Amino acid sequence: MIDTIVPIPTDTAEPVADERAAKMSARNVHVYYGNKEALKGVGIDIHDDRVTAFIGPSGCGKSTFLRCLNRMNDTIPGARVTGEIELDGEDIYASKMDVVQLRARVGMVFQKPNPFPKSIYENVAYGPRIHGLASGKAELDNIVEKSLKRAGLWDEAKDRLQESGTALSGGQQQRLCIARAIAVDPEVILMDEPCSALDPIATAKIEELIHELRGRYAIAIVTHNMQQAARVSQRTAFFHLGELIEYGRTKDIFTNPREQRTQDYITGRYG
Amino acid sequence: MATTSSGHTIKAFDQDLDRLRALISEMGGLAEHAIRESMRCLVQRDLDGAAKIVEDDKKLDALEIETEKRAVQLIALRAPMAADLRDVVASMKISSVVERIGDYAKNIAKRVPLLEEVSNIEPLSLMPEMAKIATQMVHDVLNAFVERDAEAAVRVIERDKAVDDFYNSIFRTLLTYMMENPNNIGQSTHLLFIAKNVERVGDHATNIAEMVYYAATGDYYVDRPRGADPLKA
Repeated sequence: MIDTIVPIPTDTAEPVADERAAKMSARNVHVYYGNKEALKGVGIDIHDDRVTAFIGPSGCGKSTFLRCLNRMNDTIPGARVTGEIELDGEDIYASKMDVVQLRARVGMVFQKPNPFPKSIYENVAYGPRIHGLASGKAELDNIVEKSLKRAGLWDEAKDRLQESGTALSGGQQQRLCIARAIAVDPEVILMDEPCSALDPIATAKIEELIHELRGRYAIAIVTHNMQQAARVSQRTAFFHLGELIEYGRTKDIFTNPREQRTQDYITGRYG
Repeated sequence: MATTSSGHTIKAFDQDLDRLRALISEMGGLAEHAIRESMRCLVQRDLDGAAKIVEDDKKLDALEIETEKRAVQLIALRAPMAADLRDVVASMKISSVVERIGDYAKNIAKRVPLLEEVSNIEPLSLMPEMAKIATQMVHDVLNAFVERDAEAAVRVIERDKAVDDFYNSIFRTLLTYMMENPNNIGQSTHLLFIAKNVERVGDHATNIAEMVYYAATGDYYVDRPRGADPLKA
């Protein structure tokens, strides 16, 4: 097995490598869309209590890689994934892995807020109900309230739980989607450009939320906004043309990247 | 280490950075000239020239403010990253150091009218030579900044020892003069301050070199060789 993790300089006191075992660990991941190789052997670890940002130009493979982490690529015809991805040491591409269960453990928030055309309450209650996480109405109510609170939407939504989720503003809808993701008690949350359709204030609220959620979940976020990656993440991975070019502490990547291509991209020189 | 390569996709960003660098060069040119002039005025006892140095120092003060203003604007409007960010921060720090070098020239110029009949004191002949090395260090280190040349910056750091050696030599000589005849104490003290100012110029050039090194490489220059301590001489 080829370990494709980019070596990290060890010149600073705080180690990049974590003493703890990785929450998710990817090794030598290749993704093919038909004949096209979209990811060329990526290896990366994602940890609890930490936000990992994936950055890179369009088509670099960052979203493709994110989607491997909860097997969303399975749904794309012609997509093929090779390599190893483990969640708590368990191969998520093993035949015995229940994909529905996996996606409950590794939740996802998308670029465009996509609430179900149902009430705010139902949007959050849907997941726990189908996964059988609540034994009765009171318990379900409790999960909905707790999830909306964690997503920072409770105060705005508590008096209108029966209104349609689509009646909320864009930023509220995205927080509703985050509430929906955390309602099934996931361990990892994947976010694919969660703020690109939001205004700066809604974006700031989501970023603050990401900061709060970080203590509870491992979070991986794909973003085109480098300032956002700098603001919300502790680790940053730079992808380019399907390869992982550099992975390290966010503060190092944005002040002193080791790779020329990273430097060119983050300073706005990428031609 | 990753360095900058081609220009920014947004051309105005390059122009802003170039303008910042040009300001530092301009300040450096003025500071070098001020030190050189202060030495000429000292040796030739040119009181008018000395007064002009004091007056011209205001230009450096104004340029320092201009540099800081542009750097803050650039950070606010362009959000520079990595090597660009290090460059902008270095520009701000370097401009305040260069302004300080101008202050040393001004201080030397202010002492020129206070000195009488110094021409018979031997260390005076050493002073312009010492100042020549120090100003050349300032010149070279600012070129290194503009060129983002870490190696050139290191070469400047290595030359500070020569300035320190000059200072130690002048210090000992002036001490001898003062011991020989207490009437020399006033003049010698002024000259000692002047030598100290020039020695500080060398130190500041060294500080700038360290900033240039960090801006260019992203790493800190830690192995700074220290000159001999004059207090133990």
